[in-house]
This record gives sequence, structure tokens and C-alpha cells, in this order.
Amino acid sequence: MDFLRRSVLTLSLLAALGAVSPASAEPASIVVASTTSTEQSGLFKHILPLFKQKSGIEVKVVALGTGQALDAARRGDADVVLVHDRPAEDKFVAEGFAKARQDVMYNDFVLIGPKADPAGIRGKGVDDAFKAIAAAKAPFVSRGDRSGTHSAELRSWKEAGIDLPAVRGDWYRDVGQGMGPALNTASSLGAYILADRGTWLSFKNRGDLTILVEGDKRLFNPYGVMLVNPEKHPTVKVKEGQAFIDWLVSPEGQRAIADYKINGEPLFFPSAKKG
Amino acid sequence: MSQTLQETFSRLWTLDRDVLAIAWLSLRVSLTAVGIGLALGVPLGALIAVARFPGRGAVVGLLNTFMGLPPVIVGLILYLALSRSGPFGTFGLLFTPAAMVAAQAVLATPLVAALTRQVIADAEAHLGEQLRSLCLSAPQRAGVLIYDARFSLVTAALAAFGRAISEIGAVLVVGGNIDGHTRTMTTAISLETQKGDLSLALALGLVLMSLVLAVNAAAALLRGHVAKAYG
Repeated sequence: MDFLRRSVLTLSLLAALGAVSPASAEPASIVVASTTSTEQSGLFKHILPLFKQKSGIEVKVVALGTGQALDAARRGDADVVLVHDRPAEDKFVAEGFAKARQDVMYNDFVLIGPKADPAGIRGKGVDDAFKAIAAAKAPFVSRGDRSGTHSAELRSWKEAGIDLPAVRGDWYRDVGQGMGPALNTASSLGAYILADRGTWLSFKNRGDLTILVEGDKRLFNPYGVMLVNPEKHPTVKVKEGQAFIDWLVSPEGQRAIADYKINGEPLFFPSAKKG
Repeated sequence: MSQTLQETFSRLWTLDRDVLAIAWLSLRVSLTAVGIGLALGVPLGALIAVARFPGRGAVVGLLNTFMGLPPVIVGLILYLALSRSGPFGTFGLLFTPAAMVAAQAVLATPLVAALTRQVIADAEAHLGEQLRSLCLSAPQRAGVLIYDARFSLVTAALAAFGRAISEIGAVLVVGGNIDGHTRTMTTAISLETQKGDLSLALALGLVLMSLVLAVNAAAALLRGHVAKAYG
């Protein structure tokens, strides 16, 4: 009995220590809700150490789809959001969850597909490419997760004059996952997919996939950053969050973004307004 | 496939300190959760085994059902509870290791309780009459039987540890997979899979399996040692 009592006591003490100790010794930190594309492309791993060195502030990134990231911020679970879905961002500001949105950087979307290109979209404009995929009923993988990329894909069908709910069938695979898993699926199915260039460049399991359509103006993919409004959530760390935003749009932060390259190719292009 | 495997083994040698830190966090979180699960689940399971009360069958059924709690649901409920907008929001626990411990403890406790109940019920079949003839109360009988069956209960602890360290649904939702902070072995494996780096994901999987093996071996050694010392 004594043995048991002692072990239970020790275990609960250990449990209490284990659960509490990490919180006590932590430096200043903020939570940034961002997108899978920024995390999986490796951008944060490149720029966050630079910011920490400069400011001493630790940035904890939770990578979600844009829609989920904004929801987490709405609930007060993040101090800053860095996402890429302009209409959704403007709505977030209009609802009062942020006071302002600032441009940070952009990259672009690319339309990817199997090298054999069964729908014949190579080199076409965006509208024609989407029309050709729908006409051929060629396999297409959709993120289906309310992410910025998913929104851009849905806009593309619409702008190509295609009524997606009416034409979708077996060929349209809605995977409901992040960019990486969606690319994995497209790779194994030999399907077409809309992806952000950053994730594509850092993606390793490409199989037979290649870029078929790129460079169209409408594939522009801007990222915006917002501080969550402290009037909505008093727990927001205003000083540290603003310091991070200020650094991101400063010449130094912008250079750090531009300097991040994979195989010599930049993934993101700085776009903060000067002054 | 064979190329990926080959890469996997060569990657094992190049795993860096980051991986050690991630493995250590996984171990710390899951062991703490199992500790809490044992502290709550063993007494609970033993009491249910020895006590006789109306609706006991339903309680046992419920307990066994809770062994199958889906981790992602546990994660989601805790997420809503710990969110700044939730009832426990003021503590700021979301996206911290403490939240992951809590989620895994919720998963571990019913598992420990259900397995303990079974072990203690079997032990009671042998000793119960004798104990009742000594006019011991239910908690006293439970205590004696727990001590008697302590070596069998190690299996319950290991099962709970296995469930905790291998789950991803709950830690991903409440921890947020934050690099250097709440990234565990399972969320790291998932992230590398998403990035299409399958060989690194498999290498991390081997590390995770080694961790589980090490904990099981340690438990077996300890059990042998204690058995010798205390009979």
C-alpha cells in the first residue's frame, strides 16, 4: 500500500512539474496564425531566427488554411495573422477583428499537371486551361479546405465561366487537406492541381507532375499581415505583435523574405508599401 | 520504394539536435499524460471493480467505450475549451505543451481505468471473498488488490503510453505543431509527409519506434528489478 501511495504521489508531482515548468521560463513570444504554404515552403524557418535575434521575441507559428487561421484569430487564439485571401482579409478587417491590413509579399499560383497533359493545357491562359480541364473531365485535385489557394481555385473556375457544382463529378477530387497532401494526391493520381509556387518549389514527391500554366497576371497571390484588434481580445500582445509586423515590412524584413531561395529560385517577393 | 528505404537509413545518421528536442518533448508530454492517467485511472478502475452499485454494468460499458475515444474529437473539445473565447481561455493554455498533456491524459485515463478494472476484477475473483471476510471497505479492498496486481498494471501503463505517444489528432489541434515549441514526433512526421519528404518522415518514424521500444524495455527491466527486490 505504501509503495502504491508513494508512486502515485511521485507521479502526480512529476505531472505537475512537467505541465507547469515550460511556461515559467519563457521569453516574450507571440502566436502567429498563418498558412500551410508559408510554413511548408520553409520561409518561416528562414526569417524567424533573424527576427528573434533582432528583437528577442519568439514567434510561434500555427500553420492552418487561411480560413481556419482567420477563425483562430477571431477566437482570440493568435496575436497576428499572415494569410493570403484578399476578400477574406478585407472581411476580417470590416468585422473589426483587425484595424488594418498591410501588404507583405506575394508569390504566384501555378497550374500543375502530368507531363503527358491529357487536357492539353500547356501554355494556355488561365481561363482556357480551366475550361479545357473541365471539358476533358481530366482528374483535378482540389484543396477543399477553405484555404487561400482553395478560394483562388474556386474563383478561377468561376472566371472561366464554369459552373463547378453542375459539372463536377468523379474527375474532381476534393481532398480537404493542406497543399502538401493535395500535391501528394495529385502526384499519385496524375491529376491537375492549382498550387502556390512556394510549396511547389519546396515539394519533393513530384512524380510525373510539372508546371503547365504560369505567369498569367491573374495567378498573382498576395499575402497580407494583420494585428488582431486588442479591443476584441484584450489578451493580444500588441507591442510584440506590432514589432513583428513592423519588422516584416521594414527594409530589413523585406530583404530577409527576398533572400529566401530554393535552388536559386526566390519563393516570395517583398511587396510592402514604402514609407 | 527500395530507394526511399535506402534514403531513410542514410537520413537517420544526419538527424540533428532538432530531432532530439522533438523526441524529448514527445516523451515528456506522453509520460506526463500517462502519469496523470495512472493517478486517476488506477484508483477509478479498481473501485469500479470491487464496488457493487446499481448501474455498474453501464459504467463498465461506458468505460470500455471511452477506450475508443477518437483523439481528434478530444483535441477539438479541448481546443474549444482552452481557446481564448472558451471557458478556460484565461489560462492561455492553447498551443502549449500543457494543453497537449491534458489532451493525452484524457485519452490515457479511460484506457488505464478500463484495463485496471479488468485486472482487478480477475484478482478479486481469487481473493475477494477472503478480503470481504476481513470486513474491509471497498477502497481498502481496492488498495490491497492494486498492490497485489501491481505487475499486471504495468501493462496498462504501457498500453496508455503507446496510445499517447502515437496519436496525432489531439496534439495537432491543441498544440498547433509549432516549431521548437509544440512539435512532437507524430506532428513532425505528418509535416514531412505533407512536404513530400517521405524518406525523412520514415526516418522520424523509426526514431519514434525506437523511443517506444526503449520505454518498453525500461519498464521490463524495472519490473524485473522490483520483482526481485520486493518479491
